[in-house]
Amino acid sequence: MRRMNMVQAINLALDEEMGRDDRVIALGQDIGVNGGVFRVTDGLHTKYGEDRVIDTPLAESGILGTSIGMAIAGLRPVAEMQFSGFSYLMLGQLEGHAARFRGRTHGKFTVPLVVRMPYGGGVRALEHHSESHEATYAHIPGVKVVIPSTPSNARGLLIAAIRDPDPVVFMEPKCSYRAFREEVPEKEQGFEIGKAQVVKGGDDLTVITWGAMMRPTLRAIEEIQQHRKVSIELIDLLTISPMDGDTIAASVAKTGRCVVVQEAPKSFGPASEIIATINDKVLMHLEAPVRRVTGYDTTMPYFGRENDFMPNADRIRRAIEDTVDF
Amino acid sequence: MHRSETYTGTGECPASKPADSIGLDSPPGGLSEDQGFRISHLQVLDEFGQVDEQWEPDLSSEDLTRLYRAMVLARAVDDRMLKLQRQGRIGTFPLSVGQEAAACGPALAMTAKDWFVGSFRELGGRLMRGEPIENLLLYYNGYEEGNGFPGGDRMLPISVIIGAQTLHAVGIAHAMKLRGENDSAVVCFLGDGATSQGDFHEAMNFASVWQAPVVFICMNNQWAISVPREKQTHSRTLAQKAIAYDMPGVQVDGNDALATYSATKEALDRARAGGGPTFIEAVTYRMMMHTTADDPSRYQPAEQLEVWKKRDPLPRFRDYLTAKGIWSDEREAELEAETKQRIEDAVKAFESRTDFRPDAPFDHVFGTTHLGVEEQRAEFLGNLRKESSDA
Repeated sequence: MRRMNMVQAINLALDEEMGRDDRVIALGQDIGVNGGVFRVTDGLHTKYGEDRVIDTPLAESGILGTSIGMAIAGLRPVAEMQFSGFSYLMLGQLEGHAARFRGRTHGKFTVPLVVRMPYGGGVRALEHHSESHEATYAHIPGVKVVIPSTPSNARGLLIAAIRDPDPVVFMEPKCSYRAFREEVPEKEQGFEIGKAQVVKGGDDLTVITWGAMMRPTLRAIEEIQQHRKVSIELIDLLTISPMDGDTIAASVAKTGRCVVVQEAPKSFGPASEIIATINDKVLMHLEAPVRRVTGYDTTMPYFGRENDFMPNADRIRRAIEDTVDF
Repeated sequence: MHRSETYTGTGECPASKPADSIGLDSPPGGLSEDQGFRISHLQVLDEFGQVDEQWEPDLSSEDLTRLYRAMVLARAVDDRMLKLQRQGRIGTFPLSVGQEAAACGPALAMTAKDWFVGSFRELGGRLMRGEPIENLLLYYNGYEEGNGFPGGDRMLPISVIIGAQTLHAVGIAHAMKLRGENDSAVVCFLGDGATSQGDFHEAMNFASVWQAPVVFICMNNQWAISVPREKQTHSRTLAQKAIAYDMPGVQVDGNDALATYSATKEALDRARAGGGPTFIEAVTYRMMMHTTADDPSRYQPAEQLEVWKKRDPLPRFRDYLTAKGIWSDEREAELEAETKQRIEDAVKAFESRTDFRPDAPFDHVFGTTHLGVEEQRAEFLGNLRKESSDA
């Protein structure tokens, strides 16, 4: 067991996979000598050399497009987008090519690559550095979207993503990068892409969230349980797409009440998809409307206002209590 | 002068021809040295089939025949597919007519270990790399199975999105280098329109920075659907774009299969020896519509087409082979009959295929099984059953 933060845990996963499999290479802007602007790839350049930890030219489409070629030719590229806000420049390569090679060649050519990117607000950053647009990627068939929430699951899920046969967008909640440490086991834990995790069992209400929203959600649950007796089940989605509808449905069938917490803008996001899934599978079990606690449908404001726009423990607590009391 | 060391100014024509003879507007400029750069232009076989022996590649009769047969086959497949499309038996497709030498010459220069990364107007090259005609027909009739043929493991399917494939080619080439496959390089085709795309410039830059073993072959066919080459770029040649990336850039007569072969061979040898990427501008002409959905009479000057018809890559190559004593009218007649039969066999095989599972797309969403995908497959098949029972 080692105590580490999420940056160290992601670094550990990269190190473990690069050590295990020489097809795994990392590439991106400033990831080599500098170790990445968040230091996620710190030390890997020295350990594995510039052929396997590649400082690329500053071109997001170029990074993903060449990663596609490398993946087709048998490597396992792990590409870094420096911030998710810059990643839209590679969207054409992701949707038009990475996501499609398997289908359009009926499995003859596949694209096993990972695109890592820090996402989300809460670190008082410049504009374009705080967005939470996982839905943009989750809407592309053939792409998997994974969002860890803790050092342990970041390490386990990144290993799973690197070994996965498909393109995986791996979105790292940057405000959780160094926010806390936890024990990460020596031996890797099995995390399966496409599976949500029931973090806390409960009978009265289900809360579903992911990524950076796990921490304010945990705080909200704690606050509620300090003053009233309510049994809350907490689900960490972990994989946005393909979504684990069964875990969601099983929980809501049991509790009959659900709140979804999403950092991203309100409309057309994973929260909407979760509610649609509940509607499809367990509508008749509901005892209250499913509530969403989300960002707003505005451009992410500059950091002077970001705390007011992002869901916080207080908003989450009120939504949970309103739903319990409905 | 067949290997011109001085750029002649039009960017559209072989250096040995004055511009007014080819029906294009640009005057022969002539780039003086004080303008800072030169682009060489290679032509081995002129439009009358006369070979410049100084630059004639050392190819066996078998290779020369193979090259000619591939160009003839490609022309015939295009011709047959156009008829099939007009009869509603296949869907929309892009034609390669006029560009056979620009695709087949490079394909002849490649080994089985080299990767072929195409755009969508390299039909003859694809056929030479082993793509079955039946699969082309499947693809253009709307079935992904067309891309899934066995063999051809080092040939990507066509790239419909303009220029995107250039980055894939660089990635593959860099992977070859990282994996120590020193006997493998990548040939990447693109069109003149692709040189306007950001991905193209990113690919040129990545290839250059990484010194990746990749050969870009830009088929400058003068048109991107209706937009002529001079509206695509103010550059006087496309080859000169290589200069900014500090890689060799040459212009070749794209209708001269010996020139496209030689330039590609030289570039591939250099790439495999660690000499990095090359950019080749193959000056050619799109003799037919962009795709079967296009009507070039709206924008293409008829007199320009007439001029380029005289530069057709096929007759000049036939004349060359005949002069060398390895081709004859009899062989031509045999080839014509054989080609026709081969295409008809493929059409028959394609039209008798019945092994399509409607739900096959659900097999290939992911490489792993997911419940959501399987639920939708069941829903889809259920809907099909309902529709057929309603009918």
